[in-house]
Amino acid sequence: MGAKVQTRMGDGTAVEMTRDELRADIENGVAAAVKRAKVPPLDDDEAAHLLDIFAAQERMTGVRAGDEVVLSCDGSASLRASRLDCLTDAEDVGNDLCELQQPDYSYKAVKTVVPTEQRLMQEAQYRLTIPVQYGAQADLGRYSKPDGPCPNWSMLLPEGRIDEARAAQEAAAAESEEDMVRIGEAMWEAGTDGMNFDTSGAAGDADFLAVLKAVRRLREACPDMSIELGMASEFVLGMHGELEWEGARLAGAWPAEQLRLAQQAGATIFGPAVNVNTGRSVAWNVARAIAIIKPCMDVATIPVHPNAGMGVCGMPMHPFPPVDASSRVSRAFIEILRVDGL
Amino acid sequence: MRTAGDLVMRLQMTRGMRLREAKAYVADKLGVSVRDLSDGVIMQDVRSEFGIGRSTELENECVGEATAMEAKFNIAELLDLPINCVDRFRDRVPSLAGERGAKDGTSAETKARAETKGVTS
Repeated sequence: MGAKVQTRMGDGTAVEMTRDELRADIENGVAAAVKRAKVPPLDDDEAAHLLDIFAAQERMTGVRAGDEVVLSCDGSASLRASRLDCLTDAEDVGNDLCELQQPDYSYKAVKTVVPTEQRLMQEAQYRLTIPVQYGAQADLGRYSKPDGPCPNWSMLLPEGRIDEARAAQEAAAAESEEDMVRIGEAMWEAGTDGMNFDTSGAAGDADFLAVLKAVRRLREACPDMSIELGMASEFVLGMHGELEWEGARLAGAWPAEQLRLAQQAGATIFGPAVNVNTGRSVAWNVARAIAIIKPCMDVATIPVHPNAGMGVCGMPMHPFPPVDASSRVSRAFIEILRVDGL
Repeated sequence: MRTAGDLVMRLQMTRGMRLREAKAYVADKLGVSVRDLSDGVIMQDVRSEFGIGRSTELENECVGEATAMEAKFNIAELLDLPINCVDRFRDRVPSLAGERGAKDGTSAETKARAETKGVTS
């Protein structure tokens, strides 16, 4: 049995594994991606490099000088400080970008306080040098009863009322699209550098469609606006099942197809997301995530920033991902996929 | 902003530039190498020289160091990049409207600084 190195499980707990065990986990992670997402496997050099990254004894790892990438983000806020203070803190600690967000992080919630958010954005722009974007998520479920105006498709579907459930999602998507466009235009008027549509597709294909339509309209209205489209998960759920964007069925779209559609709509930055399996090692999760996202890099014409936050793209599902894991996840994405940011 | 990440990020955000292209563009405009872009020691001096803002409150307390809006006016000119809040600020102050004199968006002062540093573009 070879020497053991300390590595991590997907929930962040420490675990000791041998090089052979890590190699097996990487092979299994790639195999899981190939089977599930129908993507090509990593080549031998890529898998070997991944193994070297995870089998190293050092506490931290990093890329070569000059190979660094920029870091985008989804929200720069804390409940214990004002939002403006949080943004200036983000700048002071060296962030490349910060994001003004309303704590609810839902565009439906934001629409009731747009003038306040505009004034805050204007103030933030006067105070900060780094780009300040505005972000929230479509959060389509909020448009269903009892929180919203549309019938609740999660109640209709189990009753077999498929047509009514689909009509409800289409109505909710139309409402959501209008809210996102209205808020995007308002924040542009207030001086934002861009909009972030985060966790897109969280409520399924209708959620994703609403975002794509909003992105298209905002791109036409504000040609210089940065539009980041971040995904909720690796796979768009078919809660509706029949929705299309320019002839492409949205249900079942994997990251490469999601990216293609985001580019068509007019997004400037795309953030793929691959969910973490907390019962597997970080090496297994990263191997699977990289194999799933790799086809994106072949079709990307815009920057790709994989969502490497807690519980996504191999990053442990913990509020404070340990640096031995986070540095390995970051290095793997940069050196193997040549991503444009994280 | 301790280095040049905010500048590279702006090119990704506004121009949709891929990483390699964006880093080369910024390095060219600043007259430094791509590797220098992530060197905090070098970039502290470069950022001060170009008036594009430095990272900590302490440094910005020095009179003469560019404040946020000043820095963003300079970044817009240096990178030949529209910055939404800068354009809106300019629109709100009639005496600044149309101030962006040079056709390529680069002021004579910025050009002079670039030439001093051997930047040709």
